[in-house]
Amino acid sequence: MIENERHVLVVFPHPDDEAFGVSGTIASFVKQGTPVTYACLTLGEMGRNLGNPPFATRESLPKIRKTELQNSAKAMGVKDLRMLGLRDKTVEFEDEEKLADLISEMIDELNPSLIITFYPGYSVHPDHEATGRAVVRAVSRIAKEERPKLYCVAFSNNCEEELGKPDIIHDVSQAAKEKLGAIQAHKTQTAFFYDNMAKRLEAKDPDALKWLQYERFWTYKWND
Amino acid sequence: MQAIEKSEVQKLIDQFLNEDVYIHIETTNGAYATHNDPSFFNASAFIRNARIRYERGNITGDGPFRVGLKMELGWIYGEGLTHYELDEQGRLLMAGLDHTGKLAIAFEISRTPFE
Ligand SMILES: [Zn+2]
Repeated sequence: MIENERHVLVVFPHPDDEAFGVSGTIASFVKQGTPVTYACLTLGEMGRNLGNPPFATRESLPKIRKTELQNSAKAMGVKDLRMLGLRDKTVEFEDEEKLADLISEMIDELNPSLIITFYPGYSVHPDHEATGRAVVRAVSRIAKEERPKLYCVAFSNNCEEELGKPDIIHDVSQAAKEKLGAIQAHKTQTAFFYDNMAKRLEAKDPDALKWLQYERFWTYKWND
Repeated sequence: MQAIEKSEVQKLIDQFLNEDVYIHIETTNGAYATHNDPSFFNASAFIRNARIRYERGNITGDGPFRVGLKMELGWIYGEGLTHYELDEQGRLLMAGLDHTGKLAIAFEISRTPFE
């Protein structure tokens, strides 16, 4: 069951962060007429997949990934895609207060009832962690009773041990086509994953079917 | 990018001798290396747009290759290089791709700053 929202703001650092576990949710909101803004901080300049044999270089990769990101947004039906112009792998070295200002500006402008980002402490990549921290900092500036909901993605090895089971489960089976479309859009990064998943789905592998149908989030636990 | 041809790359390295150039160097195991294998010690380095000048530059090895640049006051080198391209902006882009095709090192030389 996906609750109705006024506006959903999704904040991730890398093109393709939305694809694996959030694209079905995004597409589902779009289908039910909820405006979705996807803010992507970098262009994944440091991605390691250049194709095999390589069809990209370190310098052409960002341009390719930008197009892939736009294609993914199209596949999910997202009209408001924002690329914030930071550089991959450097997010954690930025001034976190300023990063939070960027997020606060979007919150003020869009007045989202739900924000989706990474769970700080449980999202492995330093850019994921820094993005999650900046979003939490921005939302914490709002009085507690007025804060939008904050759903977080977590996948560190210890996340279930420490956070418990995810409390938000979305059935996104109505958006399976869009979800696969978003993954396919990030070709340079996901080709192997997609081919492998397509085979497993065809073979009705239960884990793969579950992956396609459900997306899981942890509601952020505030200390105040 | 194509597989490195040693003599071709040597010529390209020599093109930039004794002039100001911008360097991009990175090594990487990927940000998920330790997540995927907790016993793996992840270390890497990254520098972009360091302006340097070198008086001697060499490509060595039988593949994967090594490239070393001798500067007035020091050295730069990289190893594990497998592919290269002289791009449309005249930049020498070298990379080392591992057995699965993933980038493990990038080593690039340009007359203008990288964007
Ligand atoms: Zn990411």
